[in-house]
Amino acid sequence: MNMTFNPTGFAKGLIIPSLGILSFLLLWHVLAPKVVTSLGAIPTPVQVYSQFTHLMTEHNEQRAKAEAFYERQRVRNEKKLAKNPDADIKIRNFTGKPTFFDQIWTSLFTVMVGFLLASAIAIPIGIVTGLSQTLHAAINPLVQLFKPVSPLAWLPIVTMIVSAAYVSKDPMFSKSFIVSAVTVTLCCLWPTLINTSVGVTNISKDLINVSKVLRLGWFTHVRMIVLPSAIPMIFTGLRLSLSIAWMVLIAAEMLAQNPGLGKFVWDEFQNGSSDSLGRIIVAVLHIGLIGFLLDRMILLLQSYVSWDKSVALR
Amino acid sequence: MNQPHLELTNVSIEFPTPNGPFKALDNVNLKINKGEFISLIGHSGCGKSTVLNIIAGLYQATTGGVLLNNREVNKPGPERAVVFQNHSLLPWLTSYQNVELAVNTVFKGKKSKGEVHDWIEHNLKLVHMDHAMDKRPNEISGGMKQRVGIARALAMQPEVLLMDEPFGALDALTRAHLQDSVMEIHADLGNTVIMITHDVDEAVLLSDHIVMMTNGPAATAGEVMPVKLERPRNRLALAEDKDYNHYRGEVLKFLYERQRKPESVI
Ligand SMILES: Nc1ncnc2c1ncn2[C@@H]1O[C@H](COP(=O)(O)OP(=O)(O)OP(=O)(O)O)[C@@H](O)[C@H]1O
Ligand SMILES: [Mg+2]
Repeated sequence: MNMTFNPTGFAKGLIIPSLGILSFLLLWHVLAPKVVTSLGAIPTPVQVYSQFTHLMTEHNEQRAKAEAFYERQRVRNEKKLAKNPDADIKIRNFTGKPTFFDQIWTSLFTVMVGFLLASAIAIPIGIVTGLSQTLHAAINPLVQLFKPVSPLAWLPIVTMIVSAAYVSKDPMFSKSFIVSAVTVTLCCLWPTLINTSVGVTNISKDLINVSKVLRLGWFTHVRMIVLPSAIPMIFTGLRLSLSIAWMVLIAAEMLAQNPGLGKFVWDEFQNGSSDSLGRIIVAVLHIGLIGFLLDRMILLLQSYVSWDKSVALR
Repeated sequence: MNQPHLELTNVSIEFPTPNGPFKALDNVNLKINKGEFISLIGHSGCGKSTVLNIIAGLYQATTGGVLLNNREVNKPGPERAVVFQNHSLLPWLTSYQNVELAVNTVFKGKKSKGEVHDWIEHNLKLVHMDHAMDKRPNEISGGMKQRVGIARALAMQPEVLLMDEPFGALDALTRAHLQDSVMEIHADLGNTVIMITHDVDEAVLLSDHIVMMTNGPAATAGEVMPVKLERPRNRLALAEDKDYNHYRGEVLKFLYERQRKPESVI
């Protein structure tokens, strides 16, 4: 670690980005009131911030309501039990309107499940197609065909199939969650699959020769030689996949009215109150910020997994 | 009964290229006895690595074939260990782990954990690399990488050790040091060694036989010259030696008179 003060580094690292953000806010502040829509002028940064605090208060109020609701149930049940120890106790869930922050959690959970599912499918298939010319020839046309399909096209099919196939009295997950997650999976599978496959195909010939001379078994070959060589490409794929997953999820939630940030935006849009635009902008900024943090998360994971700590990750 | 240990019979190879097949080797015949040190020498691109790769089993001869102890060689295996031209260490493993991978694969179930550990250390000591066992290839110099590559090959206890220009990219001092190590190891272990080299002095100093290859395409083993110098050999003593300089002269004559390659004489 270099502890000496480095003025150019400092400027590049902090001052210049701050200047960029500040000038953006300034421009926004000046220009926004000039754009008048049917819902009023576009809100300025200050107005957007006040919407953000509103959303926080709403969230806290809902939390308090939920706690009160459960507390009432607990008291009632205790009374029941005191009268009759064998009484049938039911705990009902609080069914208040999900707040903005609830929706964020829903979206985050959905995107992670969809993305992990996609990775669990794409990495093994990528490895196998990278290793075998024949399998590659068999699978590649399908990949090329399905890769460009938009989430909006998958959604109806996934909805129909999930409705038909996922019938359970007491489902662990809601149908809407499964639909969103599977749509995300189908759309974000491809970059990881393709990049893994390319990474595996490009393993140095010398290392393959080493493996041949040692007569390494298939699994040892994959673990000792294939995976470490392909790690950078796998992560390139994972990053692309996750950013696609996040974009697709928001669109799918909007279209299918599935719980999440996308639904929040759509609801606000339909709502059409004077606050709506501000709230939508709050949502948009959160979507961007979360997308950025998800990307950082993958980078962090890569620097943890990768053997070569000296590669610059960006 | 004088059955050679390793025998190449009428080995030819053609590579498919966009302009039709390219015949790199034509009718290579070689007989190598157990424990011999053989050098392959020839101009760049004549097909030395190809010969080595065929013996290693990494390439298949188009016609003819290789016999090791009377058994046909048709795929790579650890009894014919290779020291590759560019070390080919796994960059994500330390020196120790690189050797360990080879030892664990070759001696699976035959050595206990402790024996494996001792054997890895022993081989790294042979090439004087025991001080950098926990370093990755990108943390050590070119010569050190080459030495780990040699340790990895030796640790496989191969019947035949194949080395493709093992000292090619090294400075003269490191090279001389490694040549001495290889001579010592060869004297101790008595493996059969086939080494490719560009360096005439190196070939004469180390070898029992020098195989001089003609220029490609369709290269072949032009002449096999025995080097009958007493072992152990000492480079300083030999520098003045009449026989040594005679052998040296023969190789040079072959390379620069009979197999002269106008574009390769710089
Ligand atoms: N896989 C291949 N496909 C096509 N041609 C090849 C292949 N491998 C080698 N050749 C050709 O065979 C010839 C001999 O190559 P080889 O690598 O054996 O030369 P070399 O003597 O080892 O050269 P150097 O001393 O420069 O390493 C060259 O003309 C090369 O172009
Ligand atoms: Mg070569």
